[in-house]
Amino acid sequence: MMGDVTLLEFLSLGRPVEGHRPWPRFLLDLKGWRQLIDRLRVAEWSVMAEWAEREHIHVALRDETAGDIAVASHHCADRRFLALGNVRPGVIRIERAIHDVWGLTPVGLEDRRHWLDHGRWPSRMPLAAQPMGPSAEPDSYPFLKAEGEGLHQIPVGPVHAGVIEPGHFRFHCQGEAVVRLEQRLGYQHKGIEGLLSGAPLDKAARIAGRVSGDATVAYSLAFARAVEAATGCELPQRAHWLRGVMAEMERVANHVFDIGAVCNDAAFAVMLSHMGVLREKILRANDALFGHRLNMDRVVPGGVARDLSDEGAEALKHLLHGFVRLFDQAYQLYENTPSLSDRTVSTGIVQTSLIHRFGAGGFVGRASGRGHDARQAPGYPPYDKLDMTVPVLTEGDVNARVLVRFAEAKESLHLINRMLHEMPDGAFRVPVPEVAGEGLGLAESFRGEVVVWLRMGADHVVERCHTHDPSWFQWPLLEAAIEGNIVADFPLCNKSFNCSYSGHDL
Amino acid sequence: MIPPIARILARHLLRGPHTMKDAPPPDPDGVAELAEALGRRARGRLGRSLSIREVDAGSCNGCELEIHAVNHPIYDLERFGIRFVASPRHADVLLVTGPVTRNMEEALRRTVEATPEPRWIVAMGDCGKDGGCFAGSYAVVGGVSDVVPVDLHIPGCPPSPRQILAGLLALLDTVDRG
Repeated sequence: MMGDVTLLEFLSLGRPVEGHRPWPRFLLDLKGWRQLIDRLRVAEWSVMAEWAEREHIHVALRDETAGDIAVASHHCADRRFLALGNVRPGVIRIERAIHDVWGLTPVGLEDRRHWLDHGRWPSRMPLAAQPMGPSAEPDSYPFLKAEGEGLHQIPVGPVHAGVIEPGHFRFHCQGEAVVRLEQRLGYQHKGIEGLLSGAPLDKAARIAGRVSGDATVAYSLAFARAVEAATGCELPQRAHWLRGVMAEMERVANHVFDIGAVCNDAAFAVMLSHMGVLREKILRANDALFGHRLNMDRVVPGGVARDLSDEGAEALKHLLHGFVRLFDQAYQLYENTPSLSDRTVSTGIVQTSLIHRFGAGGFVGRASGRGHDARQAPGYPPYDKLDMTVPVLTEGDVNARVLVRFAEAKESLHLINRMLHEMPDGAFRVPVPEVAGEGLGLAESFRGEVVVWLRMGADHVVERCHTHDPSWFQWPLLEAAIEGNIVADFPLCNKSFNCSYSGHDL
Repeated sequence: MIPPIARILARHLLRGPHTMKDAPPPDPDGVAELAEALGRRARGRLGRSLSIREVDAGSCNGCELEIHAVNHPIYDLERFGIRFVASPRHADVLLVTGPVTRNMEEALRRTVEATPEPRWIVAMGDCGKDGGCFAGSYAVVGGVSDVVPVDLHIPGCPPSPRQILAGLLALLDTVDRG
């Protein structure tokens, strides 16, 4: 049976690449790459991330049955590769982006429209070995058509309502009902992969922490873990635990505020105010304990930038005590307000089958029955020493996403408390060895799994680095979630996903 | 059962709002004094109202998080008549964040054109000054002033709510002189 072969068994037909840690990397020839695509049709292997170099295409895979993780690479000398998008629709946009930035052509992909490249850069395919000249004028994007009597279009963005990142949304509507939504993103593209190539370690760490500001701790953590894997840097236990505290603080801050924002989009402003106050408590604690309200640049390769004093830990425990009570009040308020439930229940449903096809993680996945959490699988310290539950619902509507976030925030508060009580003593930072190597780092952000892959040179220089945002696999599902809903529910659906524009556009 | 919203409303009726009082605050933040000064000036120049449209021209979304913070009850910018609006056509001030990406350059120019005169443009964050850590990329034009004229810059990565309040105060000073 084809399905019986595990990911590692299959990839062993390729050539293992030396110095890739902590999971192996294999180089596949054309035949091997083609076989990989055939296997993906039947095997329960999810794509974690896909990225390119000038002449290579890489894909990080997870065997959902055996739990193994590995990277498959393919040398495409003629700058073409067989697309994975036909068997894993979640990567279609990634492969379009790879073509725009690196000039590698995804063969067999039906959708060949530009994605990140809007025809406004000084050169096309800017990171290819030989970039092409600039576009004569900006591209006009050929949106997919929806035709029928009484259909009309609503174009929104890139500068759209509220304090929010730029993106364009094209609605086709029949009266109030949305027949099709199509997104056009890429406005936030800052060329981060280009900036990271050849950057000194400290500069690269700074940029990695600013791929998506709301998940800065998770990005810094994934980046640091990749660096530490590549260089064989062993961390003291205390550093892991301090990182855990920061990561959970970030999760709570984002979850509480987004719950408030979802309710605000359902015209229930009390919740936004209440949650804004709660969020501020966390941010001020961050500032007092670690020296930055969002904990930017506080997780660094080799550990953390600042230790937590005993008084600080006590103050945080005290704060959490009162916080939990106010948080529970908000939950009671959410659950006992019928006019709010009227808006959130059965709005913006994403089917479980779609979630699995796209491999979507985070609360978007967990609200539709896909319970993956990188803190558990593969798991990393300090979570391997802590029992934790990952809430999973199956309804897949706005309400389920909100409830999953309530449950996750509650779990995080519990985790912070335990981490503070069981925090090991010792050093909080060690120097990173100056050795070359390749590393893959994972971290569960509040949004889902952040993946960072990099190749370090021997002199603390990042030769190549790719960051993958969980939003890549969530954005397309928003298009599905809104179908058949009314236009007025779009802000509600959009906020209940809260995908990152910046993390996606890179 | 007492409805949960009743508990929250009762708490505020009995103990007052979370918003920082106008009396000197116990913490060294200095938010309340700043906020009071801001309110006086805003009223003097703009008759109790200043409308701000935020434009993200390529930020990492960190600045947006802190803009949300000045709008929530603790800093509560709106009590001074300063509020965020949905359209540039309703705005007096454009608050621009991020390095300006090439993909957002035209959108930023057009947003400025859509804002009626007199208008002021505030660049926010270290990226808004000169592109910050994203300067030099093929996809980034640079700071906000490389694309549109800027009246004021609020530093920080991201600026804290206090810095944002201080920045708007400095803007009102500029407006008073102009």
